[in-house]
Amino acid sequence: MSSESIEPTAFEQAKDSSKVTVQASPSAGTGKAKMKGRKVTVFYGEKQALFDVDIDIMENEVTALIGPSGCGKSTFLRCLNRMNDVVDICRVHGEIIMDGKDIYDRDVDVVHLRARVGMVFQKPNPFPKSIYENVAYGPRIHGLTRNKSELDEIVETSLQKAGLWNEAKDRLNQPGTGLSGGQQQRLCIARAIAVAPEVILMDEPCSALDPIATAKIEDLIHELRENYTIAIVTHSMQQAARVSQKTAFFHLGNLVEYGETEQIFTNPKEERTQGYITGRFG
Amino acid sequence: MSVTTVQPVPEDQAKKNIQRRKSKNIRLQIYGLSAIGTAVLLLGILFSSLLYTGASAFTQTHLTFDVKIDPNLVKEDDIFGSNFRGIVRSGLYSLFPEVTNPRDQRQLGDIPSNGAQFTLRDRVVEDPSLIGQTVSITVPVSDAFDQFYKGVIPRDVPEEQRKVSDKQIVWWDQLVDNGQVSKPFNWTLLFSADSRFPELAGLSGAIVGSFYALLVCFLISFPVGIAAAVYLEEFAPKNRWTDLIEVNINNLAAVPSVVFGLLGLAVFLQFFGLPRSAPLVGGMVLSLMTLPTIIITTRAALKAVPPSIREGGFGIGASHQQVVMHHVLPLAMPGILTGTIIGLAQALGETAPLLLIGMNAFITSAPGGIMESATALPTQIFIWADSPERGFVARTSAAILVLIGFLVVMNLIAVVLRQRFQRKW
Repeated sequence: MSSESIEPTAFEQAKDSSKVTVQASPSAGTGKAKMKGRKVTVFYGEKQALFDVDIDIMENEVTALIGPSGCGKSTFLRCLNRMNDVVDICRVHGEIIMDGKDIYDRDVDVVHLRARVGMVFQKPNPFPKSIYENVAYGPRIHGLTRNKSELDEIVETSLQKAGLWNEAKDRLNQPGTGLSGGQQQRLCIARAIAVAPEVILMDEPCSALDPIATAKIEDLIHELRENYTIAIVTHSMQQAARVSQKTAFFHLGNLVEYGETEQIFTNPKEERTQGYITGRFG
Repeated sequence: MSVTTVQPVPEDQAKKNIQRRKSKNIRLQIYGLSAIGTAVLLLGILFSSLLYTGASAFTQTHLTFDVKIDPNLVKEDDIFGSNFRGIVRSGLYSLFPEVTNPRDQRQLGDIPSNGAQFTLRDRVVEDPSLIGQTVSITVPVSDAFDQFYKGVIPRDVPEEQRKVSDKQIVWWDQLVDNGQVSKPFNWTLLFSADSRFPELAGLSGAIVGSFYALLVCFLISFPVGIAAAVYLEEFAPKNRWTDLIEVNINNLAAVPSVVFGLLGLAVFLQFFGLPRSAPLVGGMVLSLMTLPTIIITTRAALKAVPPSIREGGFGIGASHQQVVMHHVLPLAMPGILTGTIIGLAQALGETAPLLLIGMNAFITSAPGGIMESATALPTQIFIWADSPERGFVARTSAAILVLIGFLVVMNLIAVVLRQRFQRKW
């Protein structure tokens, strides 16, 4: 399966890394739940992909969703901004409450929701336009700016927050697709935060990147946590341990265990969690 | 199932396997190469036969001689009613003063084209001060002498078997010896409209007619085709009705073109009373044929846009319509344009539907607009192929070459567009 299964020391590594994480950011969030999943159930046609998931995504924290392939973690992530609406055969039951309002309510505008809950994908997917246009596109369609200088400012601050400004400031008019993989992914993050979302969803954002680019993205996630609520799907348990405060372990469409990252990695309550993070299956 | 251990293949067997695989590979290559060779050979035969028959039509034999514009025959206030035919003839007679017999003189007068008098008239209209002067004119010769000079009509057959009499040959040789005969490039072929006389016939009417028809076809089928394709591909619900529409669009692409011609005749001409032979109707009929092509290629181009681009748009809160209009459609544009040009190229070569709506009429001037009677390139070829005059044989091939030239240019544009806008993801 994944590389973890051939590394018996993954558990130890993860443990060490998670300690580093906690040292780096001792204060964990505001203690309020930003999004609450209640009995979230998803069907793809006849096949049930998620079973009654109950989870609280905490504000200004990073929540990592881990589990073997096909366990439903990406499916759940895509429920959080109703990305699954695009898939014809997908049906979602249950509630996801954001700031006291079910996002699956009939009067919720899905486009507005996605502006509040931004998303970064597995494969960097900048638009085949200039770097500037990539970042400016979101604010422009949402009418967030009144004039060019405001737009310039948003582009600059977004790129700065995404840690791309120094590399990109001299080539804003060059195509975003000409950047390296890691830079492209940071451009996608800049593009997502340019529309001032409250939550950022990341679907395996580093799986297509080399270790150095991955480290940069992880540093970035740390910084972004100050201002945004982040949910990240990852296959790398070291990454989950390094970047997250909360970890949710999914298996076969069920949320098996959810808790403090340190607790999940050092003292899991469920046997299946223990088995997965020590690399016995998955 | 019992577990069986797989034995390694013995060495001689392995060698045999490799040999077999290699020879299979070579055989496959030979099949492919011979197929391509056959296609190239057939194309070569087609083109060389067209060039062989058509090449002579790209030059036209001309005769240069002096004429005296007799003020008795040409009145300045009535140039169009003047007898230029007589002036041309008397200019010719003066070259051969020994010919006095009226019958022989008439034979002599058959050498220049019937259009010579109009060439002269147009010059006088342009510059009336020429009246009373002697001017040198260069005019096309009539088809028989053109063909004779090009060797299509042989000299060494009995007189009654050729259109050029023995006497005429004597005069002609004399003209050639005097250096009065020339064979320049046949601009008439490209810049004149149709004519009864091959030496005066050209394709300009057909080219302009085809251009107008394609313009109408483009203006109708491009927006309608794209709108239909975008709706079907991006927004339409997937149900029995859209399936039915989809199947029918695919079927429409396979309908024989003559059927569209009948439809145009019945609906556009009979029911709506649009003018016969007009490029407007031609373009409308052709757009019926181009539409399915454009819809199908547009949908394919939209499908080819990677889903990651759509997700990227959705992920920052763009609406479906914004994602399609801002990202998917622009990215699909090169593919759409390529498909459109190929559809138009097909339409350019289409003959049958145009025959049915009367675009095969005999029309001697280029159309001034989409409502005027016109021919199109393929129908012009059809008309010429049907004409008995010897000169039209070569001109038919030449017209086909011109048509193929336009098709090649259109396809080249499509290729260039595709390469120019090809994107890396």
